[in-house]
Amino acid sequence: MHAPDGFLNAGTAVATGAASAGAIGVALRQAREQLLDKQVPLAGLAAAFIFAAQMFNFPVAGGTTGHLIGGALAAVLLGPAVGALVVTVVVVVQALAFADGGLTALGYNVLNMAVVPAFGGYAAFVLLRRVLPRSRTGVTVATGVAAGLSVVLSAMAFSVQWLFGATAPVPFDTVFVAMVGVHTLIGIGEGVISALTVGAVLAARPDLVYGARDLEVDAPRRRIGTRGFVVAGLVVTLLVAMGVSQLAVDEPDGLERVAIDQGFEESARDHALDRSMFADYATAGVRNESVSLAVAGAAGVAVTLLVGTGLALAIRGRGRDERDAHRAPERTHA
Amino acid sequence: MGAGHAHALYVHEHSPVHRLPPEVKVAAAFAFAAAVAVTPREQLWAFAVHAGTLAVTARVGRLRAGFVATRMLVVLPFIAFAFLIPFVASGDRVDVLGVAVSREGLWGAWNILVKALLGVTVSILLAATTPIPDILRGLERLRVPAPLTTIAMFMVRYLELVAAELGRTRTAMAARGYNPRWLWQSRPLATAAGAVFIRTYERGERVHAAMLSRGYRGAMPALGHPVARARDWRVGLVPAASAAVIATIALVAS
Amino acid sequence: MTPALSLAGLRFSYPDGREALRGLDLIVAPGERVAVLGPNGAGKTTLALHCNGVLRARAGSVTVDGLVLEDDTLAEIRRRVALVFQDADDQLFMPTVREDVAFGPANLGLRDDDLQERVVHSLAAVGMSDAADRAPHHLSGGEKRRVALATVLAMHPDVLVLDEPTADLDPLGRRELAEILLGLPMAQLVITHDLPFALELCTRTVIIDGGRVAADGPTADILADETMLQAHRLELPFAFDPRTAARRHRQPG
Repeated sequence: MHAPDGFLNAGTAVATGAASAGAIGVALRQAREQLLDKQVPLAGLAAAFIFAAQMFNFPVAGGTTGHLIGGALAAVLLGPAVGALVVTVVVVVQALAFADGGLTALGYNVLNMAVVPAFGGYAAFVLLRRVLPRSRTGVTVATGVAAGLSVVLSAMAFSVQWLFGATAPVPFDTVFVAMVGVHTLIGIGEGVISALTVGAVLAARPDLVYGARDLEVDAPRRRIGTRGFVVAGLVVTLLVAMGVSQLAVDEPDGLERVAIDQGFEESARDHALDRSMFADYATAGVRNESVSLAVAGAAGVAVTLLVGTGLALAIRGRGRDERDAHRAPERTHA
Repeated sequence: MGAGHAHALYVHEHSPVHRLPPEVKVAAAFAFAAAVAVTPREQLWAFAVHAGTLAVTARVGRLRAGFVATRMLVVLPFIAFAFLIPFVASGDRVDVLGVAVSREGLWGAWNILVKALLGVTVSILLAATTPIPDILRGLERLRVPAPLTTIAMFMVRYLELVAAELGRTRTAMAARGYNPRWLWQSRPLATAAGAVFIRTYERGERVHAAMLSRGYRGAMPALGHPVARARDWRVGLVPAASAAVIATIALVAS
Repeated sequence: MTPALSLAGLRFSYPDGREALRGLDLIVAPGERVAVLGPNGAGKTTLALHCNGVLRARAGSVTVDGLVLEDDTLAEIRRRVALVFQDADDQLFMPTVREDVAFGPANLGLRDDDLQERVVHSLAAVGMSDAADRAPHHLSGGEKRRVALATVLAMHPDVLVLDEPTADLDPLGRRELAEILLGLPMAQLVITHDLPFALELCTRTVIIDGGRVAADGPTADILADETMLQAHRLELPFAFDPRTAARRHRQPG
């Protein structure tokens, strides 16, 4: 996905940069205790693993190959906070030292390749584990589905960004269908490889899989925050719904009606779009704007909800780590 | 989804660009890329001046044009995408070589093409004249949080080792006739990846033990690298400042 | 005389329950070089990690030149006891050789000229002065090993613990390392599978098996006792006779 400079407009680059910086800031804060001690070299080695895994081709069909993206895999293995940091480091070093991905595109590249897959993927993983059996197989399956989904989430996030920051007159619908379509296929590969990798680690060193720590402990599983999740979800959905309805008010259906009646349809449409926060390009020429805005809104809610849940899980995870630290002895050197 | 690349772009040379402190170069690269990004697409002359500035910088940095050009291929998938835009884009049609394409689409394609190419050239100039550890030190000086730069330092140090381990497993499998062609045949590959992850993690534990043995107590020691002086900043920011001026003129003119 | 290193009744189990040390006792005199032999899984590496408190024993004590290992003395013990790890890549984690050698003394609080002086001296002591600005992963196996040694010599340790120092060294690299170690004055604990190397370097040898000291004596005697070697899964290289080798070794040249 390593988008180059100039792919989305400057405003979107800045906004996604701010969002990424915010999420990374939260991840740094949550991971601080872990990182103070041995997690720094461990996270560095894990970053080397993810970087190397991205160069590692796996077969897809009839000899064609794909490669891992690794955001969700990192989050399941290392936890959402450290996972997001690790993939961020990979993306930033690829841009600066390997000229892969534009410098001004770092905002959306970090958001789409590190923040969304790690936090969104981890949230999906945790939710899936609620419904799957509490076993290694359950963890493996949850990893696979979450990893596949994380790739689709990234594609959705990119499409929504295109809605705001398009630099060419390719309508949102076209971008959304193409991105989500292609990435659903890519996601299948990502899911299978991530699941098998986590399965292999679980078989040999289950203690190394952050997302399976509860399998090791005999204590009953903590039924944390189903209520919190529902409440947070409702709040986010309400906020997004309010935003969309605000836009819908801006979308002067009535005025447009009048304009059509008066034969000014074209200019009225331009006027309406000028006032909206969407890029002209992404909505220009779309036959049914309300449908595509609804799709964009739904995609936006899904991404926000899952990433927000992932962030919430990361924040809650810290408290649990501190308690666990008193119980579990440090493991070194077999 | 461009794949990662095992080899860094650094070219060992002794040039004024190589000698600049890394924090200056990193800041200048970001500033230059930002100036390119905000330059309006219709101001063709401005992009020509940007390209000229980069060519001069590359020349001062003793980089061969061929080297820079080959490394620019990394944006190829996006160039391909840019070439598609005029065909899928909406809006007025114009005839190009007998094919009706979108006028706005052509502008959009040009915009992505020129900015991607100039942007990747900026990154190549930075990476080719600055060893990776120095880039990381530059980031640290520019107030990027230490955990991120330290994680990056370990990543860069062990990247080749981990990649080589994955590569060896792959060779060992191929040597025993494993030649997967379909996704459902990839279990052995993923098992190998899992095993490499475990070995990587255990190496991390040993590295940590080696650090503790030499007095590490949670923070990397300061090793006293020279810091950029005001003069370095004045010299190093010349290309970026020129790009900023050009971008400003272009914005006003459009 | 105060021993350089004294381990008494060390007991340690890994979290998975495996008992690695079961009451291990060992005393090393100042300047003495002791070889530690034993089969795989005998607890040799675990022992090394106890010498400077990277692992802490469940029972027993570690004393370095009279200083008992406790939470408050941990930093000083780690300065006094230097560990050279089996895989030099684990030990050389900084971007350049210079920074890697500086890492330890910088943690001790050295800065600027004092720090650079330590780096220069340590690299000179292992004959790697020219490598200061190279990246560790571009060094050969033998060079890595010598730089790894320099990184701990920079701490000015009193005891050197080496874990499999000749693993993946070519014959010349092995010879160069032996010469460097023979020239160092501090007490040394050399954990190795390389019996000729043990004979060449160390007058005394201990065999560790099952987390305890199983034998302790002059290296030449221990290597000559075939029954004992076999009992601990040790074997001399083909056509190697410790008696003639020892005699040859004692004659200069």
